[in-house]
Amino acid sequence: MSDWFSRFSGKTKSADEAKERLKLVLIHDRTDLTSTALEDMKDELLQVISNHVSIDPSKVKITIMHDGREQRLVADIPLKPFGKR
Amino acid sequence: MTAKIVTITSGKGGVGKTTATANISVALAQLGQKVVCIDSDIGLRNLDVVLGLENRIVYDLVDVIEGRCRIRQAMIKDKRFEELYLIPAAQTRDKNAVSPSDMIELCNEIKDDFDWIIIDSPAGIERGFKNAIAAANEVLIITNPDVSAVRDADRIIGIIESEEKGPARLIINRLNSEMVKRGDMLDSEDVLELLAIKLIGIVPEDENVIKSTNIGKPVVTEERSIAGKAFQNIARRMMGDDIPLIDLENKDGILHRLSKIFNTGGE
Ligand SMILES: Nc1ncnc2c1ncn2[C@@H]1O[C@H](COP(=O)(O)OP(=O)(O)OP(=O)(O)O)[C@@H](O)[C@H]1O
Ligand SMILES: [Mg+2]
Repeated sequence: MSDWFSRFSGKTKSADEAKERLKLVLIHDRTDLTSTALEDMKDELLQVISNHVSIDPSKVKITIMHDGREQRLVADIPLKPFGKR
Repeated sequence: MTAKIVTITSGKGGVGKTTATANISVALAQLGQKVVCIDSDIGLRNLDVVLGLENRIVYDLVDVIEGRCRIRQAMIKDKRFEELYLIPAAQTRDKNAVSPSDMIELCNEIKDDFDWIIIDSPAGIERGFKNAIAAANEVLIITNPDVSAVRDADRIIGIIESEEKGPARLIINRLNSEMVKRGDMLDSEDVLELLAIKLIGIVPEDENVIKSTNIGKPVVTEERSIAGKAFQNIARRMMGDDIPLIDLENKDGILHRLSKIFNTGGE
């Protein structure tokens, strides 16, 4: 019954929620990096980069990815086309 | 003969370290191995009662380390099995009575006489835990499929990695397949994906564990218990046997028994 109910009401299963929450918690536990610290770092990085090339800050993606237990800071920073600077 | 020294630890308390240590040790002894298990949970001794050996303690781990007796005098032989011994923890002392180098020295002294030294770790990441893993060649991390146990397991895995003990392996304990089916408990695959380490076994939630602990007779000795079977499988995997994860480690007892009767199980 509760199964049906949750499916119709569109509620996520509690285990799915546990998994999503754990994913985030573990990233921060492993890197010692809170989400605000990550945002601050992003801002600083963008500052430095835009001293050299022009970028569109809204298109920048900086995320922590994992490969097994290895954490990786991945930055995708599209450059503005030369002519449009 | 040189013993493999295996520590069972968890981070979070109460997830089944002592239960696993007792059952894996008995299972190894039943497979004809010479086993000594050590309770390193100083002040919170429990492996003795889980094994049903509490009335036979004369000396303990701290007595050995402080030289009040020889190691052999502190080893209690479990008469039900060919070669199974327990070195109990001290109950009236604190963790600081033992140091990591004491544990290494102690294990060195006995490792040529056994196939396995299995060490039950206290919860936490402090001195007692450091003592427990100091001598280990391999660490088994045990967790339950819940958020705090998994989170704590992740911390432990990180610490073990930095200690260069080699890759730890995971035991998922108290998996309730009914709840997994309803979507209300993390599945073993979820836990493995989150922690990204190798699995050595899944032990289902099984009330036989509690019953057998009540009478001091580890559940591996029960033919019909699925938790017992799961612990046996872990012991065999520790010995290097390639035992596939079978249905009974994922399904609950009733389903398993039915599937056996109708012979439709995956076993
Ligand atoms: N698979 C299982 N099914 C049912 N009950 C279990 C199972 N595993 C452990 N238990 C029960 O859970 C409780 C805690 O187990 P145990 O004492 O082994 O945990 P622990 O990790 O050693 O705890 P501590 O951190 O206090 O040393 C016990 O009552 C035990 O019987
Ligand atoms: Mg314990």
